[in-house]
Amino acid sequence: MADCGEPDGPGNKDDITRSKNEGKELTKEEKQRLRKQKKHQKKQKERKNEKGPSETEKDKTPVSLLPPPQPVATQKAPSALPAPASAPIPVPASAPFHSSPAPSPADKPAKSKAELKAERRARQETDRAAKQPGSSSSGIKTKVPLSELNPVVKRLPEHVQVDDPAVVKRLAKKLERQQTLPYGASNKIPLRSDYGYKVSLFSHLHQYSRKAPLTQLLSIPSTVIHPSIVRLGLQYSQGIVAGSNARSVALLHAFKQVIRDYTTPPNEELSRDLVNKLKPYISFLNQCRPLSASMGNAIKYIKKEISNIPSQCKEEEAKTKLLTCIDRYIEEKIVLAAKAISKYAIEKISDGDVILVYGYSSLVNNILCEAFEKSRKFRVIVVDSRPRLEGREALRRLVQRGISCTYVLISALSYILPEVSKVFLGAHALLANGYVMSRVGTSQIALVARTYNVPVLVCCETYKFCERVQTDSFVSNELDDPDDLMVTRKGKTQLENWQDVSSLGLLNLVYDVTPPDFVDLVITDLGMIPCTSVPVVLRVKNLDQ
Amino acid sequence: MEWPKMTTLRLVEYFRTQVRQDPEVPSAVAAIRTLLEFLKRDQSETILGLRENLTQTIRRLEEADSSVAVSSGGELFLRFISLTSLEHPDLSQCKKVMVERGELFLKKISLSRSKVAKLCHTFIKDGAKILTHSSSRVVLKVLESAAADKKRFTVYVTESQPDSAGRQMADKLQNLNIPVTVVLDAAVGYIMEKVDLVIVGAEGVVESGGIINKIGTYQLAVCSKAHNKPFYVVAESFKFVRLYPLNQQDVPERFKYKADTLKAVEDLAEEHPMIDYTPPSLITLLFTDLGVLTPSAVSDELIKLYL
Repeated sequence: MADCGEPDGPGNKDDITRSKNEGKELTKEEKQRLRKQKKHQKKQKERKNEKGPSETEKDKTPVSLLPPPQPVATQKAPSALPAPASAPIPVPASAPFHSSPAPSPADKPAKSKAELKAERRARQETDRAAKQPGSSSSGIKTKVPLSELNPVVKRLPEHVQVDDPAVVKRLAKKLERQQTLPYGASNKIPLRSDYGYKVSLFSHLHQYSRKAPLTQLLSIPSTVIHPSIVRLGLQYSQGIVAGSNARSVALLHAFKQVIRDYTTPPNEELSRDLVNKLKPYISFLNQCRPLSASMGNAIKYIKKEISNIPSQCKEEEAKTKLLTCIDRYIEEKIVLAAKAISKYAIEKISDGDVILVYGYSSLVNNILCEAFEKSRKFRVIVVDSRPRLEGREALRRLVQRGISCTYVLISALSYILPEVSKVFLGAHALLANGYVMSRVGTSQIALVARTYNVPVLVCCETYKFCERVQTDSFVSNELDDPDDLMVTRKGKTQLENWQDVSSLGLLNLVYDVTPPDFVDLVITDLGMIPCTSVPVVLRVKNLDQ
Repeated sequence: MEWPKMTTLRLVEYFRTQVRQDPEVPSAVAAIRTLLEFLKRDQSETILGLRENLTQTIRRLEEADSSVAVSSGGELFLRFISLTSLEHPDLSQCKKVMVERGELFLKKISLSRSKVAKLCHTFIKDGAKILTHSSSRVVLKVLESAAADKKRFTVYVTESQPDSAGRQMADKLQNLNIPVTVVLDAAVGYIMEKVDLVIVGAEGVVESGGIINKIGTYQLAVCSKAHNKPFYVVAESFKFVRLYPLNQQDVPERFKYKADTLKAVEDLAEEHPMIDYTPPSLITLLFTDLGVLTPSAVSDELIKLYL
């Protein structure tokens, strides 16, 4: 491979790409350095114009994402093969998204089919042209230098706007600049395509099919994504790991494995490089299933911890430090918080209570089991809903403990509510304006409970508090696989061919928001607060940090 | 100087004398004065021991007077003095600092009633008809300052059984030359269309922004909400307490009944509770020495006070 045209070699590229991927963390000196390097690069590009085929260009793109040396050598060989090998059909070019750690899970643009086709065609053109060196190198230049010379990563907007092609195009361009990988498209994170007809009110959100997980599109071995992350992504998309606490804990454990397997490449700092390494993983996970608020906060925490590692710190030391940080986070924010919440919640459970719970919340289950152990006499009504039927899991666990339970579907809610003395709900996230984001159906329960004057208590750890503001369930939500709504009874599946009916859409919402007027009390590890005091807690937390 | 240690009896006696000597003083202030005396005479060796003793003392005082204000005042006092004193290595130094802070706290809260009155009396317009419940010294102070401001208004007071406290309130108002009428507790719905605003005191302000007050307040609040009349609460900040009742049953028993009843009677189901809980949705504004607050702001203030 012709490395001769570049006297500085990978070192230069490192700086640029490192800075580029850092985005907003650039300092003044770094920016100056970047500008100088940009000029230098330009000169070198012009020199290289007369030499080398395009593959060398692609190989020299951002080094910070290069895995250890051996795969590079093997990869360089295949890329020299004729065009068809390096133009895999189903996978379009630049998928990975900049996963902003902001709690909004909706950070993913998608491209329309036409754009994907156009990109594929363009790539095929470039590959074909590469076989004739020098002829179309100018054409290739427009794409690659653009991505290299753009030093600052623009933040992607938080809103998902899948149905607006102009926005999608713009985002696609930003993504390309953000992350380009050294070898062919087969090793990039593939883009997951939407499935089925989307109801118009929710057309701005993604709707994926569970039968087409992202992992099927990945090549083997996937050197970009760590295997434990691939496994995690698959578990998320198939619904094996579900529930915000479980997902966060699984994420943190996977990250621990990543950190254990990580080695700092030469000329790189662990604090910056590791953060960059995590970005494609986060984008991948985001595509498998949109990130929850709790996961977002956990990722923010990890990134902060990593970037706070002093540069003199040795690798082994840094790694153990990070691992203990993660363990402590799990211990404090999840395990101990659950204990504190149980302590407060048990005060609110009196003998003779009839408690209503909805779906499966690990925290609420914990509280009920603890209360039962402290010999409070109460009985539980478990309300469940299709298609997830998570209440069955809650029912199973409670009955195992010996708590007397009743099981109803949500349609029987107004029938059962006059018997109820309290409602305990879990939360996926608590928004800054006091709204509670939780499993779809929760706001229903809160509304009906309010009309019957039954107190509604929401239990939520403080790490699920997020700074987002939302007043309705449309703006930002998650659409699950519409095929889940099909049910087979007596051998007949009524909605089997729903795709053929052009005016029919199946809507499988995952979350909804409950206004604070319907919630009487929020129990957090900091104590019992009214729903309107969430911003105060956020403020106090920020001061602590 | 060797002070004799205060036993429970002497404590309660001291407290009762305080209340008797100055009937105008809030019971919480009397309690805090008692605690201060106890602090001066306490002989524990460690700060932890001191805190333990103080907490015990508060319990004793609660047994003597079961109002919410004593409990909240006591806890706030404890927080106020112990927030600072932990730097000095010498215990007697610490105690001196604590006593100083205690005196400061006492001085601050003695002025709170006038602060509240100053804030509230501007909401009483000329020619207003005010409805109030039972006998509250803070409300009296508010009406006093409004009258001093040359405003003309009439007052309706509920009789407030079982102790007819409303009649005492009516007498005090007559002494101030304010036209006053006593109405039956049952006549609240009847009189509501005539009045312009409702002002009540509070024995305790809870975390949700609701209040705990003499029985009958909840009815008053519900009626005023139905008639869209503003429902104002006047309370000093030391009445903020870390309770969070969800409904009437959720209020702890020790506040519901008078202290003597709690000790004497076995089965409390037969007794009539002396207080009830008014949820924040029925309250328009709270006037405190920390300012004029909406019910949701109370929680913010509580977090600031207690955390």
